[in-house]
Amino acid sequence: MRLILLGVLILHVIILILLIVSTAASAWSVADNSAKDLWYKCSTNNGGYRCQPSSNEDWIQAVQALMILSVLFCFFSLIAFLYQLFRLVKGGRFFFTAIFQILASVFVMCGAIIYTVMRPDDGTHTNFGYAYVLAWVAFPLCLISGLIYIVLRKKE
Amino acid sequence: MLTFLALTSVALLGIVPEQSQAIAIYTGWERHALVGSDIRLSCSFFSWRWTSEDVTFSWTYRPDGSRDSISIFHYTGGAAYVDNKGPFRDRLEFVGNPGRRDGSILLKNLELNDNGTFTCDAKNPPDIVGRPSSVRLLVFEKVPIQAGVITGAIIGVVLGLLVLIVVIYYLMRFLVARRVFSLSVSKHGKKKKEGSQQRQGPVPPADPSKIKV
Repeated sequence: MRLILLGVLILHVIILILLIVSTAASAWSVADNSAKDLWYKCSTNNGGYRCQPSSNEDWIQAVQALMILSVLFCFFSLIAFLYQLFRLVKGGRFFFTAIFQILASVFVMCGAIIYTVMRPDDGTHTNFGYAYVLAWVAFPLCLISGLIYIVLRKKE
Repeated sequence: MLTFLALTSVALLGIVPEQSQAIAIYTGWERHALVGSDIRLSCSFFSWRWTSEDVTFSWTYRPDGSRDSISIFHYTGGAAYVDNKGPFRDRLEFVGNPGRRDGSILLKNLELNDNGTFTCDAKNPPDIVGRPSSVRLLVFEKVPIQAGVITGAIIGVVLGLLVLIVVIYYLMRFLVARRVFSLSVSKHGKKKKEGSQQRQGPVPPADPSKIKV
């Protein structure tokens, strides 16, 4: 039982780290020498490394908001998990943790989908960067973790 | 006698420059507007003296990318003179109140060529020493969404809903608990009157799923 709890906790922490890196790193699209979205457009010319803020279009702001919300909800669910670990009655289920974790996974999914659909097709920056890949990796992990919390019951 | 005169004149020369103090002029820093709309450029000043009758306001305009400025408005001697030859002819109106130190102008029907810097210079004799203040006008075809507005709105709404749901949940639990509590009190009172030997306590919730956190 302790091993399962430890494993679930480690999975949760890994998901939180993936979400934080995906949200904070501005590398959702890459081109030859530059990376952009969600926050900055940085490029390495022969002159050096220059960054400028990325465009303020509404869909980019929506993706920013959804990623930030997913990080927040994953963090809330971690706090709820630790709290319910010590305060839940025997045989109870981790409902609050599961709800927050599933909501976090829904937010990551929405953010990644909006970004995929609305990305402009202008020739440069055609490849997806590592932050985008991390978002798609975090989504199923988060969903599985939420479902585990629904199934998990507190014993002894 | 001569030394006394010399000393007095030196003292007066020392006092006289202090009689005309600096004037401080305030306008905005930057203004954004849509093509075709009107905008009011405000200008006011601070001066230690009362507003004199010879107060003057003058606005000059320097287009973006140009180094020359032209004068587009002048108020002096109680009369306002607006631009009747330049880029703002028939589009400029004086909406200020010189008595209240307000020298604002209204630009009507803005065009994309109106991007530039507008400088207001005000003089309140004898306070004439001051630095003119400039406001930059940016004319847009479509007002751009500021960074972070939508982001903040989405995050705020979702977190607000979360707080609302939690508050409603605890409120419902509290209200239900109160009703249960009052029911058990009346039962407790009745049973006591009847002299029952059964032990009455608060209703124990037998279902663990009812106990949350």
